[in-house]
Amino acid sequence: MAHILPTETQDAGPPAVDQQRRGPAGYLLLMPGSFWLALFFIVPTVTLVATSLYDPAGSLELGYKMTGHVQNYPTAIADYWEQIWRSLRYALVATVACIALGYPLAYAIAFKAGRFKTILLVAVIAPFFTSFLVRTLAWQYLLGDNEWFVSFLRWLPFTGADLRLINTPFSVVAGITYNFLPFFVLPLYASLEKIDHRLLEAASDLYASPVKGFLKVTLPLSMPGVVAGTLLTFIPAAGDYINAELLGSPNTRMVGNEIQDLFYAGDYPTASALSVALMVTIVVLVAVYVWRAGTDELV
Amino acid sequence: MRAAGDWVGRHLILMIGMLVLLYMLTPVFVVVLMSFNQPAGRNTYTFDGFTLDNWTNLCEPYQLCSSVRLSLEIGLLATLLATLLGTLMAFAMVRHRFRGRAAANVFIFLPMATPEIVMGSSLLALFVNAGLAGKLGFWTIFVAHVMFCLSFVVVTVKARLAGMDPRLEQAAADLYANEWQTFWRVSFPLVFPGILAAALLSFSLSFDDFIITNLNAGQQVTFPMFVWGANTKGIPMQINVIGTLMFAIALIVVVVGEFGSRRRDRTRV
Repeated sequence: MAHILPTETQDAGPPAVDQQRRGPAGYLLLMPGSFWLALFFIVPTVTLVATSLYDPAGSLELGYKMTGHVQNYPTAIADYWEQIWRSLRYALVATVACIALGYPLAYAIAFKAGRFKTILLVAVIAPFFTSFLVRTLAWQYLLGDNEWFVSFLRWLPFTGADLRLINTPFSVVAGITYNFLPFFVLPLYASLEKIDHRLLEAASDLYASPVKGFLKVTLPLSMPGVVAGTLLTFIPAAGDYINAELLGSPNTRMVGNEIQDLFYAGDYPTASALSVALMVTIVVLVAVYVWRAGTDELV
Repeated sequence: MRAAGDWVGRHLILMIGMLVLLYMLTPVFVVVLMSFNQPAGRNTYTFDGFTLDNWTNLCEPYQLCSSVRLSLEIGLLATLLATLLGTLMAFAMVRHRFRGRAAANVFIFLPMATPEIVMGSSLLALFVNAGLAGKLGFWTIFVAHVMFCLSFVVVTVKARLAGMDPRLEQAAADLYANEWQTFWRVSFPLVFPGILAAALLSFSLSFDDFIITNLNAGQQVTFPMFVWGANTKGIPMQINVIGTLMFAIALIVVVVGEFGSRRRDRTRV
């Protein structure tokens, strides 16, 4: 049973409540990590909100004044709503693409791969080990104007001879999809792997067709994996700007590009306000989504 | 009819899955291929000829090897601390009962559900407000990496622990093992593959991170930052050698780990 990868169905369920120890030991184990997270995740988030309310007249050298300058928000949103909206759109399209590509893959590995399961799982995580920026540059090459893929597409009868992929929204979304696909496939696979095969046999015994068995048994039982996977895809995708920079053009800039540039320009209040605005938008969207999906057992 | 449907069902899904896998692996093939490329000009990124020069002159591009070294150092240190802290937290979450567990769960999930640009800017805001704007560098990168690796470690080790039969630990206690012995002789060996997987994940997250690092690195240059900078100046083919090397090493670690644990299973059970 001792594998790095989750290859076997875990038959021992979670320990029953009475098998867990009470007392202060739990807190002691939890404390060092929680301290780190509190100090370097919670405190920074509070600082970010505070910084977003500084007077934008200050600068890094002269210092900022805390004036509760709420006006930073309307200013940031008015200037960059286009990039915010574009980021959400790209992230949504990439997430849908991840479902379309990732579900068949996770399903094939969980149910159809037989003894090749471990090899395929390794293949899914393998790209992680080659630097992600180097891989994105590989896409820059693959989608380039003079490479065989674009030449092939241009040769097809229904495409124009001036078809381009690089520096278009398509290449940015394809890059984002590629980037976050493993983060969708792995939680979904974990969910599919847990499904009791006897349930599918029962469905088939009760004259359900394979398609119906999938729709009535497999799909609903895999929903926690789908929800977890879409969150791990959509949220980082909305904040990503590497694909927009390496595979896109000035017309595909996302909100991450702008936040980063504002920090570089030294405009900390506006950058922070834009960052908080992005975070709040995502939290609201995710809360609605999780509530609609009806799964609260994500963690 | 039914048999034909089954055949299509079995093989169609598998074929689609393999095509998706091909999409995921194509850039890796390109990286390996490009590591042997001899480009015609400085700013062209096309395959012009075969050469081993990139492998033999690995450190030729300015700052390449120092950036790899920095990334390795930070990756190893951050992985060590994140794996230690995260494993303790995972044990607390699975094996102990205390008030505020649900809150702790959300607390651990939050960093994974926050866009990197937000985490990066928060940390920068903190460091700047603490008067550390001029001192950004190795330690600020380290602090950031431990923070974002921690949650992934907790989740990975937790999954392993939750699937472990708690009766084994009870059996050890029944046989008069004290808590310390139970932990080192029973729990730890059983959960070790999970810890190893978490460490591997954490190292690759750290080595690969650009967005958070870029905001908090000051004058330091990590490998992803080197690649980013190279994109505007002309890309040295040596970055593909680094990519290929990382890939090969990680693959060996995974394969050896899997193979080793299989052998242990066979001899033990």
